[in-house]
Amino acid sequence: MKKLTLAAAAFALTAGMGMAQTVRIATEGAYPPYNLINDQGQVAGFEVDLGNELCKRAELQCTWVKNDWDSIIPNLVSSNYDAIMAAMSINEERKQVIAFTEDYLPPAPSSYVALDEGANLETGIVAVQTGTVQASHIADTQATMLEYPNIDQVFAAVRNGEADAAFGDHEVMRPFVEDSDDLIFVGEQVRLDEGIGIGVRQSDNELREKLNGAIAAMKQDGSLNALIKTHFGEDAQTYE
Amino acid sequence: MLSHCTDPSALQGLAWLSCYLTTGNHMLFYASFGTVLLLLAITAPVALLFGFGGAMASRSRIAGVRWFGRIYTSMVRGVPDIIFFLFVPIALDQGFEWLRSRVYCDPSVPVRQGNEFIVCAAAKLPLSTSPEWVHQAYGIFLAVIAFAVVFGAFAANVLHGAMNAVPRAQLETAEAYGMTPRQVNRRILVPQMWTYALPGLANLWMILIKATPLLFVLGVEDIVYWARELGGAKTRAYAYPHPDWRLYYFLAILVFYLLMTWGSERIFDRIRARLSRGQATAAGEAMRKAAT
Amino acid sequence: MNQCLQTIQDYGLRSLGLGERLLPRSGFTLCEQVTLIGSGLIWNVYFAALALLFGFFLANALAVAKASRNPWARKPAEWFIFLFRGSPLFIQFFLAYELLVQLPRAGIDVLGITVQTSWMTRAWAGALLVLMLNTAAYSAEIFYGALRNLPKGELEAADAYGMAGWTRWRRVVWPTAMRLAWPAYTNEAIFLFHATTLVFFSGFPAFQQRGDALYYANYFADKTFNPFIAYPIVAGYFVLLTLGLIALFGLVNRRLNRHLPGAAKKIRYRPNLIR
Repeated sequence: MKKLTLAAAAFALTAGMGMAQTVRIATEGAYPPYNLINDQGQVAGFEVDLGNELCKRAELQCTWVKNDWDSIIPNLVSSNYDAIMAAMSINEERKQVIAFTEDYLPPAPSSYVALDEGANLETGIVAVQTGTVQASHIADTQATMLEYPNIDQVFAAVRNGEADAAFGDHEVMRPFVEDSDDLIFVGEQVRLDEGIGIGVRQSDNELREKLNGAIAAMKQDGSLNALIKTHFGEDAQTYE
Repeated sequence: MLSHCTDPSALQGLAWLSCYLTTGNHMLFYASFGTVLLLLAITAPVALLFGFGGAMASRSRIAGVRWFGRIYTSMVRGVPDIIFFLFVPIALDQGFEWLRSRVYCDPSVPVRQGNEFIVCAAAKLPLSTSPEWVHQAYGIFLAVIAFAVVFGAFAANVLHGAMNAVPRAQLETAEAYGMTPRQVNRRILVPQMWTYALPGLANLWMILIKATPLLFVLGVEDIVYWARELGGAKTRAYAYPHPDWRLYYFLAILVFYLLMTWGSERIFDRIRARLSRGQATAAGEAMRKAAT
Repeated sequence: MNQCLQTIQDYGLRSLGLGERLLPRSGFTLCEQVTLIGSGLIWNVYFAALALLFGFFLANALAVAKASRNPWARKPAEWFIFLFRGSPLFIQFFLAYELLVQLPRAGIDVLGITVQTSWMTRAWAGALLVLMLNTAAYSAEIFYGALRNLPKGELEAADAYGMAGWTRWRRVVWPTAMRLAWPAYTNEAIFLFHATTLVFFSGFPAFQQRGDALYYANYFADKTFNPFIAYPIVAGYFVLLTLGLIALFGLVNRRLNRHLPGAAKKIRYRPNLIR
């Protein structure tokens, strides 16, 4: 696809170039408000709105692909799609395998959630979602880690006393905490990553450059901050 | 979409429920039952074909073919199916694209670049310009192949046993009539083996039904995927917020599977009776006695 | 080589919580993958062995109940077998976990003694329970089939010797039924062994990163983003263990058939009978 997307950009190039080939963007669709499946069964959320806007600015034709989190990177490197926008934090582990664009969200805080203030976060039992950066973090602490495949089970574990606290992305947990009358945020927030970026293949420099350009432009004119606020609320972290 | 569903937050009770159960993604959930049935309907014959090939191969007189048949059946059966599904479909996909890249691409460009697997645009499967349904269909196609490889190995075993169970005397009679080995296979062995194969194949069908929840591992949006997605707690960000309802969705799926297996058993009982007619087995004998 | 020995020392029993606390984080070697996945296999063997052991007794009771003429014994057994044979194990795990977490955390008071229930949600107990009930249902169907296919002559011979009730059951009915059921039961054992990979894959949480072979394989695949090393390693382990299981059940088969000259043939893994 790289040849194509590029081609579209390179308007100065040969006149014979046809329509831009489609850029396929993968997302998980299970991590609201970043990405989710709406009531019409379509992917929606912050990343979908942002991705569509970026594609428009970069003059790319984009389609969305739903992919399971576990295989989202293997499928990118085997070229089943061209980009990942799935709340994927930029970190060293991933940078060895794929490339990231500039961050489109500032480093996201991770928070602890528990039933009461006194929960033991240092050496107690902490529930996390498998395969997240938060899970890697808890594995390094003295806490006893309990891993669940999805966020519902994580909260269920806290509610029924299975775990003393849950640890996860602040923005993902916030709506649950606000909706509930028993869960509260406790302890200090932790920053675990270098922000969230779009994952692309390491060989795919052209696409990365185009997306970088669009992200920079959106940061510049404040439209990215506006989009963040519509999806994450007025208090969300934005770019300076 | 029902007419009164424009403002879900104002609804209550049954009206709310009726709207909730008819949202777009619930429709996809109901359709996914169709996906599962479709997949079963396609996989069963394909797996049977693989099985038939495997069974014939392991009876072959050519040592190489025979060993291939034996190794295929015993390897696949020694490994849990879920493990297969975790890497075989990606491997298949890369295999197909590699083959196509030899035809459509410049062969001097390596397909593996570092950890990346890249083929030229013309060799991509499906082409990245293809509409979304082609991608979905291709995903289902890979799932069917993966299932068929695994269940074909089991079917090969059943059929192999059934072929050995056909009474020697029947085959010898055919030979005495001067039929060639090929004719014996086609006219006697294959038609006669089904009654012996049926119990095993019936079981295999049951196992296949019960393996379909693993479809979501293959990236197919099946009933388990939607049950998780819809059942998970929905916050106020959604039009229809609700707490964690996965239990109810999974109970519905449980009922679906129980009905499927129950119905299948009824049908197999009938086929069994039909195939036993006139056979040299205890069941056939019993029918003969009952008739006189 | 020495490095690998060190790895085995550090991670060989990691799945039980012994050795290094932290899993390897980067620069994964083949040795680390083979060792950790092998360590996870301990859990697969644990689940399979105990579920088969307990399930075997339950299955015998269920088979007798299903063969009984008393509807109060027969109906519950039939329903139990239908429920567990008719639905995917995957769904059973999920539902069982959901039910087990409903148990009160403080324990249940039985005649003044508080029975702890919180350990039931741990995989070692909860998943074992599900696997046991599941294999009991499948095996019961196999044993029930065997009971119905007992050769009439042997029962008549037992009657002729004046055996009745328990003696007849213990000396004639049960050994013969086991002999008939054994090949199919071998297949069931293999299937159950393979099913243990689902424990951490669906429902039950992994505690302190102590999981089964698939859990660690998944960990590596997730960290290296390469499914083509870790999963084939699990596959290889399972082929070896399946062969071991077949050999073990073959020994039992030979013992069951020892009085029949020439009948104690090698047991063939034929998954075609009942499951």
